[in-house]
Amino acid sequence: MVDKGWLTVSGIGRRSIESLLRLGFAARFLGLTLVQSLTCLRRPRLVVREVYFSGVLSLVIILVSGLFVGMVLGLQGYQTLRTYGSESALGVLVALSLLRELGPVITALLFASRAGSAVTAEIGLMKATEQLRAMEMMAVDPIARVVAPRFWAGVISTPLLTAMFTAMGIYGGYLVGVVLLGVDEGSFWSQMQNSVDFREDVVNGLIKSLVFGVAISWIAVFEGYDAPPTAEGVSGATTRTVVTSALTILFLDYILTSLMFRGL
Amino acid sequence: MSSDNFVEISDLQFGYGRRAILKGLDLHVPRGKVVSIMGGSGCGKTTLLRLIGGALRPSSGLVRVAGESVADLDRDGLYRLRRRMGMLFQFGALFTDLSVFDNVAFPMRERTALPEPVVRDLVLMKLHAVGLRGAAKLMPGELSGGMARRVALARAVALDPELIMYDEPFTGLDPISLGVISNLIRTLNDALGATSIVVTHDVRESMKILDYCYLMAEGQVVAQGTPAEMLASQKPYARQFFHGEIDGAVPFHYPGADYGTELGLVQRGR
Repeated sequence: MVDKGWLTVSGIGRRSIESLLRLGFAARFLGLTLVQSLTCLRRPRLVVREVYFSGVLSLVIILVSGLFVGMVLGLQGYQTLRTYGSESALGVLVALSLLRELGPVITALLFASRAGSAVTAEIGLMKATEQLRAMEMMAVDPIARVVAPRFWAGVISTPLLTAMFTAMGIYGGYLVGVVLLGVDEGSFWSQMQNSVDFREDVVNGLIKSLVFGVAISWIAVFEGYDAPPTAEGVSGATTRTVVTSALTILFLDYILTSLMFRGL
Repeated sequence: MSSDNFVEISDLQFGYGRRAILKGLDLHVPRGKVVSIMGGSGCGKTTLLRLIGGALRPSSGLVRVAGESVADLDRDGLYRLRRRMGMLFQFGALFTDLSVFDNVAFPMRERTALPEPVVRDLVLMKLHAVGLRGAAKLMPGELSGGMARRVALARAVALDPELIMYDEPFTGLDPISLGVISNLIRTLNDALGATSIVVTHDVRESMKILDYCYLMAEGQVVAQGTPAEMLASQKPYARQFFHGEIDGAVPFHYPGADYGTELGLVQRGR
């Protein structure tokens, strides 16, 4: 009995130490990626290419999701606001929900599933098929050539996609609220304009999405680079990217929200 | 180090953790020669190539390439040395997101400031040398195993390296591709005036093109000589390896308990 308890405790200890070591390795990897990012400045086309694969190809899922999330918000908000006779505040409800929370968080979750997993799988497979080793033997640093452009592409794409998600969501809310349910168009837009603060709401939302972009890109490139060079290794790393990104986004969202909006 | 040797290795020891892979290895590769390193799977051949390329650092001993001790080089020095090397990986390791043309152009674009028209001509010349100029626009996924290996060879020699390393270049190829690759290894080495190290366990194909051969077992060189000397060697492991004998220095049966005892035919203690 004592032995079993001891084994459990030592197992937890071993796992904790392994997790901490991995976190330290990931932090050093991020440092190395930032140091090697000069290549991206010298050759911006490398980043532009990755922005296309990560960002532009994620547009459809982001725009469609944004539209439906906005439409659902419009519908739910209308039902609730009508109880208090404040349907005209629907625009404010939709815009603030999207700008502060739903836009950055849902975009980040979708981006991690669509693009983060793809980056992990790509780098992991490049490692498994010795492409990264081949690059090193050609005296080309894979962190500068492969990792850094994908990292920066993710950091750049996330805020842009968040802006598009939010814009599409507001349009979805307008479609349901104004066009379908008959809320007054003038009060929908004017109340939104009066209540949304650029610094408090728009900029804070974009800061959130930028932080999420850094987190997703870091997790995705690290998991790919650290993946065991086997089929199971790459599939496990891809799954870890999605799960770790989702949990990190939600945790960071709480921290950032408590820092940004605590006075409200 | 003798100036006639491009690679010199002495008393090289290396291990992964507590598992020793190389145990006091000595060998040298003369300039301009095609030298093979043979041995069974897992004897440390690929590890040796990685040590020569500076991807791994030895536990002790010396690896000198072109007169420089690889382990003592910093990152810039190592990259400078690697610019004088080319390497063909076991399955080609082509960049799957780039076309055949872009794969061969990759080292030129990354490591030189050559204008694009010059890169284009050089790439076509390299592809012509391996017989695949017509396949320049194909993607790696559209190539057969033999073609992929030839493209990788064109990429490995893209910048006319002084040392070309081949990691199992004959694995998984049909007889025609096998002949093409082995012929290319010899002709490219002679045309470029390079030095080649071929890590392989394909006796028949490699013996046609070699100048000298090292046979490794358990992290050490157990036999060396010209192809003719190796084929005539009477050392037990060399004879078994080069003639493909089933039983010998490496026993057919993995060590285990006595067969009769295990089947219950012999009573214990009798």
